[in-house]
Amino acid sequence: MSTAAILSQLVVLVLAIALGFELISRVPALLHTPLMSATNAIHGIVVVGAVVIVLTAQDGLTQLLGLVAVFFGAVNVVGGFIVTNRMLEMFRGGSRRKRG
Amino acid sequence: MGLSTATTLVYLFAAGLFIFGIRLLRSPQTARAGNLVAAFGMFVAFIVTFYEFPADALTLALIAIVVALGSAVGGVIAMRVPMTSMPQFVAAFNGVGGGAAALIAFSEFYELEQAGGDESIVILLFIFFSILIGGLSFAGSIVAFIKLEEIALGGSVTFPGQKVVNGGLFALVLVLIVVVLAGGPAPVALAAVVLALALALGVLLVIPIGGADMPIVISLLNAFTGLAAAASGMALGNTVLIIAGALVGASGTILTYLMSGALGRPLSKILFGAVAAAGTGPAAGDGEEKPVTSGGAEDVAATLAYEAESIIFIPGYGLAVAQAQGAMADLMRTLEAQGKDVKFAIHPVAGRMPGHMNVLLAEAEVPADKLFDLEDINDHFAETDAVVIVGANDVVNPTAREDGDSPIAGMPILNADHAKHVVIVKRSLSPGFAGIDNPLFYDQDKTMMLFSDAKQGLEGVTQSVKNQG
Repeated sequence: MSTAAILSQLVVLVLAIALGFELISRVPALLHTPLMSATNAIHGIVVVGAVVIVLTAQDGLTQLLGLVAVFFGAVNVVGGFIVTNRMLEMFRGGSRRKRG
Repeated sequence: MGLSTATTLVYLFAAGLFIFGIRLLRSPQTARAGNLVAAFGMFVAFIVTFYEFPADALTLALIAIVVALGSAVGGVIAMRVPMTSMPQFVAAFNGVGGGAAALIAFSEFYELEQAGGDESIVILLFIFFSILIGGLSFAGSIVAFIKLEEIALGGSVTFPGQKVVNGGLFALVLVLIVVVLAGGPAPVALAAVVLALALALGVLLVIPIGGADMPIVISLLNAFTGLAAAASGMALGNTVLIIAGALVGASGTILTYLMSGALGRPLSKILFGAVAAAGTGPAAGDGEEKPVTSGGAEDVAATLAYEAESIIFIPGYGLAVAQAQGAMADLMRTLEAQGKDVKFAIHPVAGRMPGHMNVLLAEAEVPADKLFDLEDINDHFAETDAVVIVGANDVVNPTAREDGDSPIAGMPILNADHAKHVVIVKRSLSPGFAGIDNPLFYDQDKTMMLFSDAKQGLEGVTQSVKNQG
């Protein structure tokens, strides 16, 4: 990887961290558990990295390790988003009752 | 390996969806949409990856099978897990994500070594960061799961010299990383050793941590997995991994900071303090029987019906364990029907995750505007007639305020002891996670203990209040 490419990645990394702090410091405590659960699902993005490893593997070992990582990542993504959705459905139920 | 323009743009779009999704999570009305937006972003990023890296049919079929298996496992668990067990399953999903990040980094390192191993030192640093932090998060999350699911390792597990062992292992990891970066022999084997040590460190760091501090640990491990994902993204040159991982790393860090602040405990004390703290402070249940005032459901109902106009409920983890959130909501409605003012006081770490109690009470259809944070309600206890504490202990223990030597000294507590009457629904006098006695139990003039399962106790009180009304 060229130095220029690494540098531009570093820029993206630092800006994304700064943006993450800004986005999250204003979430009410009420939503902290769903937020943790949702961000937990978002780091399931590792499934994409795992797929890249499998698709570009030159070696049987990395292909195998990559497939294990794909499995882990899929559990993380699907489980994470569904659990979060279930939690948030309850909030909706509560507020609907209040309105009605 | 540079990504094609089309893929880069689609990844950018997906990253935008993650950011927008988290933005929508700021408010209860839009939170569900936010989660779906983020999930859609994930789907887009996943699909375009296959366009970027074409592969043969066999590889694609293998990936499809493994993704289907992983989705089925994750999906079935997520649909079946009861709301009370949510913290440990968030920990479990977090752990596998961390494991995946570590495996990605290790695989990428292996491929780079096979290809000649002349990669930039910056990339190698990110690879080893991901192996270390991802492995630590994987093992630590599994220990957190085992503790919270109460399979084993309950309480604080310590052994002599624990700090020295942890410090030694961490130093060894750093030495090994330096050796690899300096071009030492057998780099792949050393990387495998680093991964194994990271797993050991994850276990050792989490086993001494007691249940009360678990929310903070899960939040920290969530941040770790995010950072590990971002580091794997750096190693792979994959922008969507970098952005999504960094967003999660930042969010987890903020949450961890907010929570440890709410506990009045610096993170270093939570992570490294258990070993030092073990054995100090007055131990509870050491045989000495102190008198308490205990009563039945009718007595509690009489207090609430005749001696209280303003009532505050304090739900704790025991409420969640007993699935008693519905029973508590019923009691609220019954008391409100008699013209009482009922509020809920939510300690920042009630339950085992921030907001956990809010989720459970929302499930029981308690309006969100009846729930009050510690700062908002603590001054109102003095003018409150009765407090009903269900399955909570450490968060209402006045020693945190009064005894500087107590293990929970400095932790903000709900000032339940300032109210005129205190009712405590609890199965026994056993201590909370912190393992210390609670003087509030023994205030015979003020406190009435209702020894019962939270659900049965609350249902009994509700029935008695109805009969008396």
